Amino acid sequence: MRHVVPLLVAALLVLHQDDWFFGFWAEPKLVFGFLPATLLYHAGISLAAGLTWYLAVTFCWPEELDAVEPESSESEAGA
Amino acid sequence: MTQLIIVCIYLTLLLGLGLSASRLFRGTSKDYLLASHSIGPFLLLMSLFGTTMTAFALVGSTGEAFAEGVGVYGMLASSSGIIHSLCFFLIGVKLWSFGRRHGYTTQAQFFRDRLESDRLGLLLFPILVGLVIPYLLIGVIAAGATIAGVTAGTFDPGTFPASWEEGARGGVPSEIGSLVICGVVLVYVFFGGMRGTAWANAFQTVVFMVLGLVTFVVIAKQLGERETLLESLRAASAAIPEEKASRVEIGRLTFFTYLLVPLSVGMFPHLFQHWLTARSAATFKLPVVAHPLMIMVVWLPCVLMGAWAAGVPELAEIQPNLILPVMVRQAGPLLSGLLTAGILAAIMSSLDSQFLCIGTIFTTDIVLHYRRGREVSEREKVLYARLFIVAIVAITYGFSLLESRRVFTLGVWCFSGFSSLFPLVLAAVYWRRLTKAGAYASVLAAAISWAVLFWQSQFGLNPNFTVAGMMPVVVMVAASSVALVVVSLVSRPPSEATLAKFFRE
Repeated sequence: MRHVVPLLVAALLVLHQDDWFFGFWAEPKLVFGFLPATLLYHAGISLAAGLTWYLAVTFCWPEELDAVEPESSESEAGA
Repeated sequence: MTQLIIVCIYLTLLLGLGLSASRLFRGTSKDYLLASHSIGPFLLLMSLFGTTMTAFALVGSTGEAFAEGVGVYGMLASSSGIIHSLCFFLIGVKLWSFGRRHGYTTQAQFFRDRLESDRLGLLLFPILVGLVIPYLLIGVIAAGATIAGVTAGTFDPGTFPASWEEGARGGVPSEIGSLVICGVVLVYVFFGGMRGTAWANAFQTVVFMVLGLVTFVVIAKQLGERETLLESLRAASAAIPEEKASRVEIGRLTFFTYLLVPLSVGMFPHLFQHWLTARSAATFKLPVVAHPLMIMVVWLPCVLMGAWAAGVPELAEIQPNLILPVMVRQAGPLLSGLLTAGILAAIMSSLDSQFLCIGTIFTTDIVLHYRRGREVSEREKVLYARLFIVAIVAITYGFSLLESRRVFTLGVWCFSGFSSLFPLVLAAVYWRRLTKAGAYASVLAAAISWAVLFWQSQFGLNPNFTVAGMMPVVVMVAASSVALVVVSLVSRPPSEATLAKFFRE
């Protein structure tokens, strides 16, 4: 899954460009009688993004960063 | 008058919350600026979301959907759901770890260390502050416009100076509304610091999300005028002009290149500061996952309401910034007062972080960095931060009195500027070969390309300005990326000590 998540993110970015694959972006069609089709499609992209990021934090999380501790005092920060 | 009373009660409640948070203030600048790295997942989610969802999200998205159609959602909301979380995941967590390990409070501290250059901080300071000002301006303008729009008809002619009454239509003039909002935010930021800001953000985010959904239902019922909500939704949507129910009004190349605009979150100084408040790296998990879903909950109703407004003949002549306040006003005095509080909550939950952030970068990157051996007490640090905040807010308020651009247009220029600096932060975190000279070249290329294009767009007065059909951000990001890579490759690499400090694995 670690290698699949970056592909899913890339797929999301490609699918976001609905005019590359689908024609409804240019049609004023209303789904369920009130939701413009292009708006529904992009709401679906938002849901898919939530799912993809859930997979990312589950399988690709940089666990080593959870143990980070301060090494220098605040006054030393900066050159 | 009812709306005005409700707004006043809400602002008083908010002041109370900020002042309550100040009781937990530990008296140190670290607590004032970073809440002592104590913020957990829920508060981090709410403060990151509240900070990124500005007037741009509510007032701007509704107005832009009214002007350009529902394609606005795909252009900025669904793209932000992907890109913002990507930035939190790839950039935010890494920067948090550097900040935690080496004690950074600001971006300039990190870049100075990472690129072994003191003057780089000096170059970044005016650019970052200069880009935050239009961001502040968006909130200040929208706050004034919202209060003016909702309170229209409350006062008799002659109550306020004639020049202020123009456009206020008997409401509270936007000059006064903007000033009051600035004052309230200043007070709770002053007393509550980052902890007060995080609490106020969380509270306001809940308020604007709940009231936003209420607004959506009420306006649907009013416009649709049917028995059930579903029937009302159908009736309201049936009146949307065809060109607004699709995204034919947004060019394909423009839509594609808008993907670069949300990269701006990687370089927002106020987000950097919020990232550093996290208790641990794992604190970021909830914001990364929930952010796209929360964007959807806020943007979807706003965009749909803007499209509905485009089908209402009586609203045809309304300025896009005023569409949401004018629609809200039609919901009756009590409800419109509450809904206005919700809109103001969204605006103020961004202003507070930005106010605090500019105070932080002035104190840390200028006052403390150039103190030349003199000790600065904790009390003085907080005082300097507060004084600089007041100065910047005064300048922003002054600009707001002269401003006539669309909130959305201003926002896109501001975000594009931050996006043009994204290659710098990405390379600083992941590319060992990035050099000091490469960083200077990148920042200068970003600044020059932004300034030239902003000038060509008549300083933002042309809302449809593109470069060969593409968003100007493409040119800026390309210029800063090419400059960064080429100059880095031909200049001396950073020292081994620096590389060891930032690249351990």
